[in-house]
Amino acid sequence: MRHIISVLLENEAGALSRVAGLFSARGYNIESLTVAPTEDATLSRMTLVTTGDEAIIEQITKQLNKLVDVVKLVDLSEGAHIERELMMIKVRADQAMRDELKRLADIFRGNIIDVTDVSYTIEMTGDGAKLDAFIRVLDPDLIIETVRSGPLGIARGGKRLAI
Amino acid sequence: MELSGAEIVVQALKDEGVEYVWGYPGGAVLHIYDAVFKQDSVRHILVRHEQAATHAADGYARATGKVGVVLVTSGPGATNAVTGIATAYMDSIPMVVLTGQVPTPVIGSDAFQEVDTVGITRPCVKHNFLVKRVEDLADTIKKAFYIAASGRPGPVVVDIPKDVTDPNIRIPYRYPDTVEMRSYNPVEKGHLGQIRKAVEMMIEAERPVIYTGGGVVLGEASAELTELVRTTGFPITETLMGLGAFPSSDPLFIGMLGMHGTYEANMAMHETDVLIAIGARFDDRVTGKIAHFCPNAKIIHIDVDPASISKTVRVDVPIVGQVKSVLADMLRVLRDNTRRPDPSRIAAWWDRINGWRKLDCLRYEQGSDAIKPQYAVETLYKVTRDDDFYLTSDVGQHQMFAAQFYPFEKPRRWINSGGLGTMGFGLPAAMGVQQAFPDATVACVTGEASIQMCIQELATCKQYSLPIKVVLLNNGYMGMVRQWQEFFYDGRYSHSYVDALPDFKMLAESFGHVGMRIDRPGDLEAAYREAFGMKDRMVFMDIIVDPAENVYPMIEAGKGHHEMHLSPHLSSDRELA
Repeated sequence: MRHIISVLLENEAGALSRVAGLFSARGYNIESLTVAPTEDATLSRMTLVTTGDEAIIEQITKQLNKLVDVVKLVDLSEGAHIERELMMIKVRADQAMRDELKRLADIFRGNIIDVTDVSYTIEMTGDGAKLDAFIRVLDPDLIIETVRSGPLGIARGGKRLAI
Repeated sequence: MELSGAEIVVQALKDEGVEYVWGYPGGAVLHIYDAVFKQDSVRHILVRHEQAATHAADGYARATGKVGVVLVTSGPGATNAVTGIATAYMDSIPMVVLTGQVPTPVIGSDAFQEVDTVGITRPCVKHNFLVKRVEDLADTIKKAFYIAASGRPGPVVVDIPKDVTDPNIRIPYRYPDTVEMRSYNPVEKGHLGQIRKAVEMMIEAERPVIYTGGGVVLGEASAELTELVRTTGFPITETLMGLGAFPSSDPLFIGMLGMHGTYEANMAMHETDVLIAIGARFDDRVTGKIAHFCPNAKIIHIDVDPASISKTVRVDVPIVGQVKSVLADMLRVLRDNTRRPDPSRIAAWWDRINGWRKLDCLRYEQGSDAIKPQYAVETLYKVTRDDDFYLTSDVGQHQMFAAQFYPFEKPRRWINSGGLGTMGFGLPAAMGVQQAFPDATVACVTGEASIQMCIQELATCKQYSLPIKVVLLNNGYMGMVRQWQEFFYDGRYSHSYVDALPDFKMLAESFGHVGMRIDRPGDLEAAYREAFGMKDRMVFMDIIVDPAENVYPMIEAGKGHHEMHLSPHLSSDRELA
């Protein structure tokens, strides 16, 4: 089963590699991983998406907690939560296609953030399924390049992951 | 007080109360070695290879419970230390390893003797640090010792670039009294509700077994464990790492369990209905095939590391906490409870266990020809039983024979590499033990293959006058490899014969030690007595043993506890089971 885990960790050199190393050393799946400092500059927040049965996820959270750099973590999948992912997708946009691409971007609430004679770059956020859906409606030959951030997650309501 | 980085390193070790550092100098640590030279409260022991420095510090830590300390240079100094760091990590041994690093401005440039030590050691340390500023040095060393020794202990590497130890840069020094780390808070007390639940389960048990591991030794919980076992009258079995936590001579001890455990211990595991696991981690050498492991049991698991719980075997009552504290609470709850385990049920269970015991699964026959390795260990016990005795071991058949045939009465007396199974561990580990306890009798049981992996340390033993007794059970083979090849590869002994052996007696003598060669069973006891009588000399005993002897019982990898291979000597007695 898919799990999305948020981790607060010390903003120290090497902290990211400890997490990544743990996953490879113990053979855990890692689908995506994003990390950036928080409003408290001494802390980074990492969101990682992994899959595994209940026993494996339990081990993953325990092993993460055991890392000295990990301050706190939560398995967001255990409760109601929101996920968002950012995608930037560069597409071929010759004169004939421009209106159609603009319309499609609007339907998916995407923004065109870069325009050239031959291309549009569309910025879009949403959950992974929405971004997948947008890619599906495009003619594959039109896609020049895509880049996705991997999901970020946050719990619904007043709950917080903080120290 | 203003100190340079190099002086800070040495002063911090003094402030930690460090007596010994095992190490080997090199370019990146020369400033530190200069600071070591100028003082005499921290004693540096020069080994002949960095792997031995880590094993010696590890042996010291296992025997004393204190943190072992290592000092090595960058690059090959650090990589040579990795085997010893991994060994300590697998057995949860507290150790601080100080590694030199190239100066900060050239890190990442493939400088001479540069490796990414923090990267290389990351998967086999509890934590590691790269100290980039001299101002961080004292705090980092304090943290390293704290992390190494607290919670589930383990090795911590502190990587120190050469410029951080520059003798010309001096800063005010103050060693912190305490450590606060928001991200690291090891648990102490176990959950009382869980402990009560465990006690209820124990009272109801019909066929209970107490299964203990190295955590009881590391957690200094032998007294509490002994009281629990004697209060309940439950049978106790110990892992390889746990031997000595409970006195082996006590009839409540049913022997080691697992791959080479006793018949009675493994059968009891197979039939138990309540398993009380204490400071043990359900290692695959202990459990055998998980699907067959304790098929009828509810499992209570006490461990300081939450990640150990339900890692391989699902447990019913987890209790996270220091073993010593949890057992003390458990004893209190048990005392306050008016109910007791039903003596008749426990007696019936003992009848069954004693039936298995009658098989005498470790029996062997010592004829008049070749010395049996079992006999060599039993005779070793006979000669040393009244001494203040420590036994270190290398890895292989001799290790299993020692575990089976030397009954340890106290914790920290049996020192071996259980988790990683590191050949070459025994001799340097014995150096650490002997350094810690100069008046104790320290022996290293080894094989002719293992001993050659750190044989150069015979020189260190000479330099520091360490009167270690090497008990080499020489069967000419990597015995355990040979045994597996006999059982599972139709006797194709691929590269397990140790050819071109040196004359160990002459070899030992060339290092300035006493060498002995013993090949007749009738000579063995007298030879031991002579060797152990030489209190101030290292004696290297090359004992020629039967090359065909196997370790029994044996559970094949992937089999259950009830599927033991028994010694062929016992085949006619199987109906006893």
